[in-house]
Amino acid sequence: MIPRLDDYQLVVPASLRDALDDLARHPSARPFAGGTDLMVTLEAGHLPPGRYISLQNCRELLGIQQVNGSLVIGALTTYTEIRNSARLAREYPLLGRAARETGGWATQNRGTIGGNIANASPAADTPPVLLVYDAELELVSASGSRRVPYLQFHRGYKKMDLAPGELIARIHLPGRAERTGAHSYYRKVGTRRAQAISKVCFAGTICVESDAVQDVRIAVGSVAPMPVRAVRTEDALRGQPLDANTAAAAERTLLDEIAPIDDIRSTARYRARVAGNLLREFLLR
Amino acid sequence: MADGGAPRVSCTLNGRPAVLQGHPMARLLDAIRQTGLTGTKEGCGEGECGACGVLLDGVLVNSCLTPLAHAQDAAITTIEGIAEGEMLHELQEAFLECGGAQCGICTPGMILAAHELLSRTLEPTDEDVRVALAGNLCRCTGYMRIFESVLEAARRR
Repeated sequence: MIPRLDDYQLVVPASLRDALDDLARHPSARPFAGGTDLMVTLEAGHLPPGRYISLQNCRELLGIQQVNGSLVIGALTTYTEIRNSARLAREYPLLGRAARETGGWATQNRGTIGGNIANASPAADTPPVLLVYDAELELVSASGSRRVPYLQFHRGYKKMDLAPGELIARIHLPGRAERTGAHSYYRKVGTRRAQAISKVCFAGTICVESDAVQDVRIAVGSVAPMPVRAVRTEDALRGQPLDANTAAAAERTLLDEIAPIDDIRSTARYRARVAGNLLREFLLR
Repeated sequence: MADGGAPRVSCTLNGRPAVLQGHPMARLLDAIRQTGLTGTKEGCGEGECGACGVLLDGVLVNSCLTPLAHAQDAAITTIEGIAEGEMLHELQEAFLECGGAQCGICTPGMILAAHELLSRTLEPTDEDVRVALAGNLCRCTGYMRIFESVLEAARRR
């Protein structure tokens, strides 16, 4: 049942400038993008009352473009646009794969990548990919903009480096030459293949040359209060031959590096087992 | 712009100009049903089941997750707007003939999701149909006849 709407305001500024001015005047207001998370929270009776600012008309936050060697994704870009982007499929293939597994088409048509980040769910599908690709966030406010490495953006459960009055404007993906022998992997494990919230979500890229791991990046969702870049697991792999011993050592490190819990969707024990299985599938495929 | 309370949203509903009334954060689903167009169904009310699917500017959305404010100036198509007068849409014909509808609650959403598939894909495969309808739940049919209906409609185009 929907709660009393009198406790809420939803305004729709005509441009990004107007949205930022409104946000500056009402620092406790919250941005509202596609609504695919906030409307669920509203209907569940858990959305904090107050002022919400729709970004619907902020055309400046749309689209995917190349800027000085980086690929820049507007925060209002939908999952559908991400999954349909030939450029992303070529250069950052894991992002399209994550977008395809986020909800059904109706959700993908409205849900945005900026909203997925700002909703800050540890179970979100795109954050592990953004961690693997070393994304940076461009945050804007009425008084300017700043960049934050995505790795440093989440500070704890639903805590972000996002000041009152600030919005996520764009996601910057640094240029990346696909190396020979590089392999990338994304797998989300949920109750069913479609339309499920993940129990564990794993993204990785690896490059093996001269029988040793040269470059490896691993990030995992739903196994900690926020999406985790598994830096110690990466350290345990770099320079090693890619064999069962290395994989076993990496798995021990990963299980030490994550902190899964029991909740409505799964158990800590199941999540740890699956995270280890996904790591081995990624490494030894 | 009035703060918060702007109660009227102008849009087109199945091709006709319409004014929907309600709180900007009210569900588009309720606003549509209040006009008497009750073909759009509420299933889960949380974006899991797809029964409330409508086309917003030609694109499938869950109307239970769409705030009324986002319908301003939009073209909304509901299940009532798919047929041309008395002439059923090919998807509706196929659902009738292949037994794609049983209790009927999921059918409007299924047909609109399938509509989106046919607008994106010329010759969908069985897998394409499964992916396109992954956001729509049916508790009667076991899905096989629904998939068959969509493939049949695609073949007839």
